[in-house]
Amino acid sequence: MNLRPIGLLAAVLLVAACAQNPAPTGGPAPGPAPTRLHGAVPGSREDFMQNVGDRVFFAFNRSDISAEGQATLQKQADWLKRYENVTVTIEGHADDRGTREYNLALGNRRAAAAKRMLVSLGVAGNRIAVISYGKERPIVVGDNEEAWAQNRVAITVIN
Amino acid sequence: MIRFAAVPFAVCLALGIALAAPVARAELHLDLTQGRVEPMPIAIPDFAGTDEGVQLGHDITQVLSADLERSGLFKPLDPRAFVDKDAATHIPPNYANWRVLNAQALVTGNVAVQPDGRLAVEFRLWDIFAEQQLAGLRYTATRQNWRRVAHIVADAIYKRITGEDGYFDTRIVYIAESGPLEHRIKRLAIMDQDSANNRYLSDGRALVLTPRFSPTSQEITYLSFAHNQPRVMLFNIDTGQQEVLGDFPGMTFAPRFSPDGNKVIMSLAVNGASNIYTLDLRTRRAVRLTDTSAIDTSPCYSPDGAQVVFNSDRGGSQQIYVMNSDGTDIHRITFGKGQYGTPVWSPRGDLIAFTKIDGGQFYIGVMRPDGSGERLLTNAFLVEGPTWAPNGRVLMYFKGSPADSEGRGGHNRLWTIDLTGYNEREVPTPQDASDPAWSPLIP
Repeated sequence: MNLRPIGLLAAVLLVAACAQNPAPTGGPAPGPAPTRLHGAVPGSREDFMQNVGDRVFFAFNRSDISAEGQATLQKQADWLKRYENVTVTIEGHADDRGTREYNLALGNRRAAAAKRMLVSLGVAGNRIAVISYGKERPIVVGDNEEAWAQNRVAITVIN
Repeated sequence: MIRFAAVPFAVCLALGIALAAPVARAELHLDLTQGRVEPMPIAIPDFAGTDEGVQLGHDITQVLSADLERSGLFKPLDPRAFVDKDAATHIPPNYANWRVLNAQALVTGNVAVQPDGRLAVEFRLWDIFAEQQLAGLRYTATRQNWRRVAHIVADAIYKRITGEDGYFDTRIVYIAESGPLEHRIKRLAIMDQDSANNRYLSDGRALVLTPRFSPTSQEITYLSFAHNQPRVMLFNIDTGQQEVLGDFPGMTFAPRFSPDGNKVIMSLAVNGASNIYTLDLRTRRAVRLTDTSAIDTSPCYSPDGAQVVFNSDRGGSQQIYVMNSDGTDIHRITFGKGQYGTPVWSPRGDLIAFTKIDGGQFYIGVMRPDGSGERLLTNAFLVEGPTWAPNGRVLMYFKGSPADSEGRGGHNRLWTIDLTGYNEREVPTPQDASDPAWSPLIP
């Protein structure tokens, strides 16, 4: 089973192409982003986390990317195309309500799904590494629905 | 990298010289095919000895007594009630003095320290009501192996009474856990089956998971996240040497040895798909067994090596499948509600143990290799990763408590349970523990 919302993805790509200005590419000097918080150096890890959003969440035992996740990945792709020297590692995680080995595979599948979409949005695949932590590195501690939801995630980490 | 001093496990254990015993008939027997077995009252006075042998005799008796008690099949009697204070020297025993205690069996023995410093340990097992000797063996061993001698005596008693091989002269490799839940420090650890001789095989800097014993050598295979590259490793317990297994283009995980010890079967994750591969440890040749865009993982060979059981979500949810060991004839064997994972084939071949997740609970269960006859043995918020004792009578797994948002709880511990579903017990470890794997009987 490999859930890939092909049709949905294509639709999002079209919308994205229409709705957003193309990000500048290739230039060493990044252009200004529209709503930048104070403090974060443009192109920095903090900039990415504060102004783009580093994580995409998943439903239980799923690796298909929600509309919200697609919007986040679109912003990530735009940012990554603006700062071409940046490479990233996408960390795939799972909540702790699965078996250890299966969850390692599930984390890999989530990270791969996020990578696949970034690549489809124009980010070179060789800039994106993936690693799965399965249920080994929970983002939020606690065995409750809110924590589990936070831990079903693919996090794009600036290297 | 810290090198962990390898304690050679070579033993110089001269085995089993039989002590003359008449052939017994109408003898003591525990039938393990029944459900719950009433523990057999057994008297085990301290093995006799002189000088250093006195303490060694006491210590060996304690260890073998604890082994038998933990099995749930024996009830060692309180030595304070014994009538014969120097019981071990009476051959044959004064049967009447044991009958009054309702002992059904008696173990006597003695320990001698030989001129070369080695131990000579002998024991005899007596049937109190039939008034006959059931077994008698003498062992010699180096002094540092005194615990192994005790386990071997316990195995001999277990086998003589139940007709099945024992499992006391074995070890457990597992993951020792410490530190905060969001960044657990996990170390490879190894200990005797009775929790003695615990030591650590890794320093905790790299995340390590799922160690498994070789059936034929002092090696384990496990998953290491060293250098942020999750890869299957091979580790020699005696020498401390380790290496990455194979040259794969992605995360390798979920390793297990083949029954002949010549291969490691594992999963490789590439682009979100996890498939099953074998790596031949002699030729280093990798062979792909499954070809799916789904998740195929947790593979485990049947004891004859002819088949492989694994879990896969290729049908939409995580279920258990069996295939031939060349990857042909893949067929699903679980159809119950819930998810099924971590299948492990019994060393006897007759059952597959698994983890089941259903309704927010985890279960440890067993079923036949065709998926029929499912029996759930235990359940909790988290129970996962069964491993078989080498005789196929006992399962070990880890059990975890839920964590709260402050990081309290979330403790994993090792537990055992009898195949019947009775005699569930915690296995003491110095720290939290998970991912146990039971060794074969030590050769």
